[in-house]
Amino acid sequence: MNKFIKTFFLVELLKGLSVTLRYFFAPKITVQFPEEKTPLSPRFRGLHAQRRYANGEERCIACKLCEAVCPAMAITIESEQRDDGTRRTSRYDIDLTKCIFCGFCEEACPVDAIVETHIFEYHGEKRGDLYYTKPMLLAIGDKYEAEIAKNKAADAKYR
Amino acid sequence: MLEIEIDGKKLTAPQGSTVMEAAHSIGTYIPHFCYHKKLSIAANCRMCLVEVEKAPKPLPACATPVTDGMKVHTHSSMAKTAQAGVMEFLLINHPLDCPICDQGGECQLQDIAVGYGKSESRYQEEKRSVPGKDMGPLVSAEEMSRCIHCTRCVRFTEEIGGFQEIGMANRGEFSEILPFLGKTVTSEISGNVIDLCPVGALTSKPFRYSTRSWELSRRKSVAPHDGLGANLIVQVKQNTVMRVLPLENEAINECWLSDRDRFSYEGLNSERRLKNPKIKFDGKWHDTDWETALNYVVKGLNGVSADHGKDAVGFLLGARSTTEELYLAQKLARAFGVTNIDYRLGRSDFSADALRQGGEWLGLPVAELSQLDALLVVGSTLRSEQPLIAARLRQAARKRLKLSVVHVADDELLMNVHGKLLAAPQNLAGALAQVLKALIEIKGGDTAIDLSSVEVSAEARAIAQSLADGEKGAVVIGALAQQLPNYASVYAVTQEIARVAGGRFGVLSDAANSVGAEAVGALPKDGGANAAEMFAKPRKAYFLLNTEPEFDAYDAAGAVAALKQAQTVIALTAFDSEGLADYADVLLPIAPFSETAGSFVNMEGRLQLFNGVVKPLGETRPAWKVLRVLGNLLQLDGFGFNSAEDVRAELLAVGSIESRLNNALSDVRADVSAKAATVRVGEVPMFAVDAICRNAASLQATEHAAAPVALLSADLYASLGEPTEVLLKQGGAEVRMGARVDAGLAAGCVRVAAASQDTLALGGRFDAIEIKRG
Repeated sequence: MNKFIKTFFLVELLKGLSVTLRYFFAPKITVQFPEEKTPLSPRFRGLHAQRRYANGEERCIACKLCEAVCPAMAITIESEQRDDGTRRTSRYDIDLTKCIFCGFCEEACPVDAIVETHIFEYHGEKRGDLYYTKPMLLAIGDKYEAEIAKNKAADAKYR
Repeated sequence: MLEIEIDGKKLTAPQGSTVMEAAHSIGTYIPHFCYHKKLSIAANCRMCLVEVEKAPKPLPACATPVTDGMKVHTHSSMAKTAQAGVMEFLLINHPLDCPICDQGGECQLQDIAVGYGKSESRYQEEKRSVPGKDMGPLVSAEEMSRCIHCTRCVRFTEEIGGFQEIGMANRGEFSEILPFLGKTVTSEISGNVIDLCPVGALTSKPFRYSTRSWELSRRKSVAPHDGLGANLIVQVKQNTVMRVLPLENEAINECWLSDRDRFSYEGLNSERRLKNPKIKFDGKWHDTDWETALNYVVKGLNGVSADHGKDAVGFLLGARSTTEELYLAQKLARAFGVTNIDYRLGRSDFSADALRQGGEWLGLPVAELSQLDALLVVGSTLRSEQPLIAARLRQAARKRLKLSVVHVADDELLMNVHGKLLAAPQNLAGALAQVLKALIEIKGGDTAIDLSSVEVSAEARAIAQSLADGEKGAVVIGALAQQLPNYASVYAVTQEIARVAGGRFGVLSDAANSVGAEAVGALPKDGGANAAEMFAKPRKAYFLLNTEPEFDAYDAAGAVAALKQAQTVIALTAFDSEGLADYADVLLPIAPFSETAGSFVNMEGRLQLFNGVVKPLGETRPAWKVLRVLGNLLQLDGFGFNSAEDVRAELLAVGSIESRLNNALSDVRADVSAKAATVRVGEVPMFAVDAICRNAASLQATEHAAAPVALLSADLYASLGEPTEVLLKQGGAEVRMGARVDAGLAAGCVRVAAASQDTLALGGRFDAIEIKRG
């Protein structure tokens, strides 16, 4: 009997429609990307960047810990002694087609040289476009240094 | 034997051994920095503190002798607290620069800090900083703040190197490890301090900042330079040899490596490596492919032998080629009908060839050198020819070995030398005859050599006495003596000394595979010309395997003249060189030892196999493949090998290597008369022995590879009026060079290094030389 009434008066259907109706008048959460963007955590892990110190010296000292820790083996480093006697990379490449954005490289870096920025809107038209070399990574770092520094500062107290 | 207990495990240890040794014997690890099994005990790092029952304080395991009934706890709370405390103190002044430290990843301090240290430091004050030191082009001591003062390097240079080149100055917080003021480290085995340093204070300069230890794969190999055949671990990254470390082998190199073996790898990656076959055409070199080059070689060989006969072809084989290569090269020559085959380019006296009964070798295992009571080394610049043999003898000479030398110069051996007898090269046999005569006087016996004109000196008598007294005695001939124009006499007298003394007799073979070359018969037989004859009576065609005759031949000028007049010179070589570019007509790039499978036979007759550690560079091919293809192209039978193992199987099929070695002569003849002459002593510098060394940049930057200076014996120096520059004349060529006195040199000698770019114009290495004030 109960089952008959439920079936006859389309109770289940109305229940469903009520959900539709409720969300119809509820405030909308859809973001109109790219005009609108959601806020990102300071810990967001996007495109990589290589940072420099304020005096323009690159931070990376070629310790290769990021290369060692990278689970996807996306990083390739070659090191050498620069003319001034310091240890530097002669090559620092990240293959973003391999990268899984785990952020271990950033965690491993003893000098905060390799970081993951907020940038996620990048693309490559060929596979090779996603192979980032040292000058490219340094350029990203130079461009977004202010933002990177702000995020690092925001996260610092939790570390 | 004493019964002790370590961590509850009962064991017996010999009287006088330490807790550390006992622990290691049962596989219990006790953390340590300053302890090293080959060095004396210092007990200054304190890391090995352990708890011993009934002792009030923790004791250092490395310096505590075992006593009966001793109960040791290595992991008790007392031991752990002590170890953590020591670790905290060691880290007080240790900089936190692991990310840029070359030792990072293979650092004992890192490992032990993780295993036995505390998780954080309580030290807040400033760390001390120590300025870097200059230890020469091989060892980097830039970061001396990292030093934990274990003094392993100090003890190594003193005990193994023989001379305390590195010392610890000042006290307490101000103590520093440093070389002598204004000097660098020049030991021929200095590279071992890099391995010994438990932290990153002493690191390898050529390797500096190039890779991390975890990126490298380890492959076994055998050193290709001296006759010892030190075992190597070659570390490779991305098909490039990045560095070389010793592979421990007590019977050969113990845990050491000479600088030559350790740093020569740079030559393998040098710009001078040949990558393509090349043909000279109208006086210009052209890169070509293998097919063209090999056909050119075949045409050249066939052409010369058709026009001038087989005797117009000479095969000169480098003694640092693998056994397989040497075997194939001599097989190729013999199958082609050529008997002019020789590997002994550096020699000048072949008169004993007919008397030989087998290949020359050391006559005893290398390890047995350590157990000898008396040893006579004849004509050897031991430290540069055989750095690790010298180190081994140094250890033995500290104990019971009475080491004597008969040599052309009073070279500093940095060890206890019992007797020393100096003679000019042409009189070396005479000097040895004195020893022989004295020995016969002491021990009795007889010899076929005419000793009537020989007067015995006191030094000779002392040497003879030590040989007569020693229960285990030996007499060995060094590489310098092997090159002498009177080598046959030196050899015969030396052999007689060994026979009369009842000791062993042998030669310290010069090159990595001299013994192998002897064993496979890379020698002129059946009337073939030897190396000297091949140059003295120039041939129309030369076939060079892994040799650059201007550096390797006894008479550099004569060799180059002979090669220049030849119609065709075929060179199988790993390196391009100015000399080869000048006289060769076709260059075939062959793989050095690191890129081919093969074997070397060391001086004790031990066949040591190895595989290629990296792929051949560019179009380079292993020489055995090149020789096989040449055999096929020349339409010779028996060149169907598929691997180096096939070649080895064939060469071993007729008998083992040992069975072909025999130092005995069928007849003893020697000329021991004294001759007066001004003679050149032209030994090959330590880092010029082969093309790999000659192309190793860091080795060439050392003072051992500095431009040669004429070193005059005291009498010559005085008679010429103490010149600063001299004019040397030999075989029509004149060379002007700086001059100095070498007070230890035998009278009438002038020491002018061979195998150097500056002295290539000169003639025979130990021939007469004219000398004038320049």
